[in-house]
Amino acid sequence: MKYKPGSRWKSVVCSAELVVVRPPKGDGELACGGAAVIEHDSADPAGGDVDPAFSEGVLIGKRYVDEGSGIEVLGAKPGEGSLSFDGRAMSLKDAKPLPASD
Amino acid sequence: MKTTLLLDIAADAVGDRRAVGDLSYGELRDRAQRAAAWIMDQPAEQVAFLGLNGPMVPTLLFASGYAGLPFCPINYRLPDDRLNALVERTSPSVLVVDDEMAGRIEPHNGVRIVTLSDLEAELSSRTSPDDWAERDNDIAVLLFTSGTTGDPKAAVLRHENLTSYVMGTVEFLASGEDEAALVSVPAYHIAGISAVLTSIYGGRRIAYIAAFEPAEWAETAAKEQVTHAMVVPTMLDRILDSVEHEDKPLSCLRALSYGGGRMPEPVIARAMKLLPHVDFVNAYGLTETSSTIALLSADDHRAAFESSEEPVRRRLTSVGKPLPGLELEIRAEDGKTTLPPGESGEIYVRGPQVSGEYLGKKVVDDEGWFATNDGGWLDEEGYLFVEGRLDDVIVRGGENISPGEIEDCLRGHEAVADVAVLGLPCSKWGEKVAAVVVRKGNVGEEELSGHVRSRLRSTKTPEAWFFEPELPYNETGKLLRRVLKDRLCDDEVAA
Repeated sequence: MKYKPGSRWKSVVCSAELVVVRPPKGDGELACGGAAVIEHDSADPAGGDVDPAFSEGVLIGKRYVDEGSGIEVLGAKPGEGSLSFDGRAMSLKDAKPLPASD
Repeated sequence: MKTTLLLDIAADAVGDRRAVGDLSYGELRDRAQRAAAWIMDQPAEQVAFLGLNGPMVPTLLFASGYAGLPFCPINYRLPDDRLNALVERTSPSVLVVDDEMAGRIEPHNGVRIVTLSDLEAELSSRTSPDDWAERDNDIAVLLFTSGTTGDPKAAVLRHENLTSYVMGTVEFLASGEDEAALVSVPAYHIAGISAVLTSIYGGRRIAYIAAFEPAEWAETAAKEQVTHAMVVPTMLDRILDSVEHEDKPLSCLRALSYGGGRMPEPVIARAMKLLPHVDFVNAYGLTETSSTIALLSADDHRAAFESSEEPVRRRLTSVGKPLPGLELEIRAEDGKTTLPPGESGEIYVRGPQVSGEYLGKKVVDDEGWFATNDGGWLDEEGYLFVEGRLDDVIVRGGENISPGEIEDCLRGHEAVADVAVLGLPCSKWGEKVAAVVVRKGNVGEEELSGHVRSRLRSTKTPEAWFFEPELPYNETGKLLRRVLKDRLCDDEVAA
């Protein structure tokens, strides 16, 4: 399984960094700004532009989900590109914050 | 997912932000990685820690994670023989110990003892490892239970349990840079561990006091501009005593959560009156559930505090609603039948944060449910009321009686400062209800009996009364019922 929970990824077209919280049920490709993301420690060169169709941005601390596959990712660093899985735009997960209890 | 990931992504995103004391996120990670490299050189399978609170706690917690070994903080308040028995159980291990406590530890096979100052010297002589290869391990933390009812058990908390708790309850880096959490709960308590993880992930600076003392707590809160804190009920009462004559007490404080024991209603009511600017949150959880599983929010507190309707008002003594990330049920004595609202039974929980595991023994059922051994009930709106440990339930002539309800009732009497209710052996009923009262006014058995009888059933009215100057608590606010019970039984036999 490629997108393991806890695995870290980065965008090649913007500054966004991601952590997989929940893996997808099947195969598919996670992309940011329209380009497939690469492993966080990968030395592959970044490059290219954010596809205007995927340019709504990734916010730090927010969760994004693709209902079709079930994949859920966390924005670990913000960026201009927005997320998609197998070409489907991922949506911001609406979570009600809990008060601090520790 | 590992707990070290929480630090890694925070350090990558806000490396310069202060994480704990004067250490930034970047510096904390660097220290933890140097400590991990040192740990990997030791012939150890656990990293034990015996010491007061301070930056070494998060350093070793994360270092153990990087090195792929469980972190095992030990209760330094135990008497030396019991302390050494626990240290022995961590073997093969490396034990990091406060310099002042090192003399208490006997030599044990397979336990390498290193003082805090020796470790500090070791860390400053090391450079950060270049080719960093983190080791994998499922177990993040081992916590010995307090062992009030027998030999301490080592509760297992896996990385999976802790990260799912943290990520399920806290938003990554959502805290403002001006926020600081005051941690006074020791590292060997689950709240001392979860405070580190949720603060680091949430981006909230940690301020430590070495060990709880009410005046120091209040001073540190002011000096460090503390905005958030967690305390156990006995701590809160003592903090209130310490600040009640101040003009604007704890003015920076925004939120105070409490848990780890039953909060007497008069104490929380007093706190809300004295600190109207503070959001109070009641958190209920267990070591075996990676901390909080239910919480009563600040809004719930205010609604209950202001209400004149009994069902709403009494929610001040509830622990609120279960967290969205887990399931919670009340079950009958058979352990299978789910009970409807209003009926008392045992609290069962299920979810990824629930470990329900001791070293060598998994105690969840086939479907993943963990029996908490706490009695409780849910009201119609889903608020959870915890009645206390099922072991403490008094069985009087076949009737199950929870001490908590009677204690709450007695605490409502103006002359009662503190009270414990427990069962004593009795030839007629099997057990009889006994009350141990700490008085703050002139009151006797007769008046208190009448107070209980007029509010609860007569079978719940204590038949034996004891008046004592204080009750025995452990340092994290847990009433030592077994100690009290043994003493009263001895007294009765002697009499």
